[in-house]
Amino acid sequence: MEFSAEDKVINTLKEKYEGDVLHIESPYNFLTITLKKERIVEIIKYLYSHPETGFKYLTSIGGVHYPELNQIAVVYQLHNLIANLRVRLKIYLPVENPVTETITSIFAGANWMERETYDFYGVNFIGHPNLKRILNVDDMIIFPMRKEYPLEDQTREDKNDSMFGR
Amino acid sequence: MDMDESLIGQAPPEEKQYSYLNLGPTHPATHGIFQNVLKMDGEIIVEAEPTIGYIHRAFEKLAERRPYAQITPLTDRLNYCSAPINNIGWHMTVEKLLGTEIPKRVQYLRVIIMELARITDHLICNAVIGVDTGALTGFVYLFQQRELVYEIYEEICGARLTTNIGRIGGFERDFSPKAWAKIHQFLKEFPVILKEFENLLKRNRIFMDRTIGVGGISDERALNYSFSGPNLRAAGVDYDVRVAAPYSSYEDFDFIIPIGSNGDVYDRFMVRQEEMWQSLRIIKQAIDKLPDGPFHAKVPEFYLPPKEEVYNNMEALIYHFKIVMGETDIPKGEVYHCVEGGNGELGFYLISDGGRTPFRLQFRRPCFIYYQAYPEMIKGSMLSDAILTMSSMNVIAGELDA
Repeated sequence: MEFSAEDKVINTLKEKYEGDVLHIESPYNFLTITLKKERIVEIIKYLYSHPETGFKYLTSIGGVHYPELNQIAVVYQLHNLIANLRVRLKIYLPVENPVTETITSIFAGANWMERETYDFYGVNFIGHPNLKRILNVDDMIIFPMRKEYPLEDQTREDKNDSMFGR
Repeated sequence: MDMDESLIGQAPPEEKQYSYLNLGPTHPATHGIFQNVLKMDGEIIVEAEPTIGYIHRAFEKLAERRPYAQITPLTDRLNYCSAPINNIGWHMTVEKLLGTEIPKRVQYLRVIIMELARITDHLICNAVIGVDTGALTGFVYLFQQRELVYEIYEEICGARLTTNIGRIGGFERDFSPKAWAKIHQFLKEFPVILKEFENLLKRNRIFMDRTIGVGGISDERALNYSFSGPNLRAAGVDYDVRVAAPYSSYEDFDFIIPIGSNGDVYDRFMVRQEEMWQSLRIIKQAIDKLPDGPFHAKVPEFYLPPKEEVYNNMEALIYHFKIVMGETDIPKGEVYHCVEGGNGELGFYLISDGGRTPFRLQFRRPCFIYYQAYPEMIKGSMLSDAILTMSSMNVIAGELDA
């Protein structure tokens, strides 16, 4: 049986980290793998160096806040430029204490992406060389992209948007 | 007393003193609001610490409160030198989420607009490299041509810099005869000027001395820093989204991806220069092959109906109201779409929970990602080369700070 490129990635990953894989899907042809949070750096390093996968290009790192789950997801998008294959890895961290490890030792480009994720979601990347705010002012005390912080000042009474579904 | 000749002008190593220089935030030579605290040893840069975020406008947060059509103007203000690419990239992201079939004519028209935008983007960058090496003349000539492209935008969508061009599903109107005339005028005039500009700088001794070997980065480091676009290609990696993952019918056109070898300022200049020629080639092919057909897809939930219909047709009125008020629901889903922007892979990572606004929208902004390599690239170089390196990387403050 001929394996598709995506299956190869899944098989390679499962060979060593079967227990860490929580969920696999492929929305809009983009392989998405949800992983346990503990060994994410090890897994990325494995996918980076394994000849079958070779994800040597980091497309992006981003955070997503799910208030109902009380969790923050960190989404890594990796790219194998030679085989033109992409993978999205997700880990979920508790909102109270979102801690994970840095991947700056693998990708130099992860530096600012992780700083941005810290800046907006408060995700603490242990081992990061310079984890401080990047786009917001240094003395900001909140992590503004979390869903509990509304866009506008909710104490204002001079605006009534109830007619407009807001 | 005799002095050792070789020690004249040098302090003993243990007493070496560095000076610190604030380059920016508002310095006329940096073409934008960038701050770099430079640790200097004479005129040599020892260390650089960039500070960014001076024009952060919270687009990702804003996008979580806006209906999909209203996010387009936000994308304008990312890389404002090539706003149409951002707009169309965003439209295509939504269309991917909806699963909309886009007519061939729309795709070709989009290619024409996106390539025009790429030309203006590269043109500003290369003209500014010229200015920073002391050649102001080319800049003035090229800006005349940029003006012409802006007039084309104006004919198509009514705006110039922040274009908000097109709609989800296509264009608001077909290109007018005047727009076509302007495009043909541009195709006729621009190659002459571009050739002249190239002749001014390409083999110019002063320009070559200033740019070759300056601000270089190896292919390995560039990939490790997640570079994309002309900067990555100048380092010798032939990654172009238009070829790797063709969108909007790019597979129909014949063009080459120019690559450099050293990743220095001169290579970046030459890659951009060649890409402009390739863009012209693509535009010509698109015009030649342009099929007939509608100028927008059939997505009544997202595409504003014509005004006469709104007054005379019940459904059109409902759709009009729903679109304007942003009350249209979107399917649930998670989608990533990327286009080859002026500076590289411009990605939109969109999570929809089925509501009127995105649940999460992340912009992959190429500038933000490659600007972090700047300290490494200017380490050990002169201050004037640092300025040149920055302009050759085409760092756009709007894209950097979102």
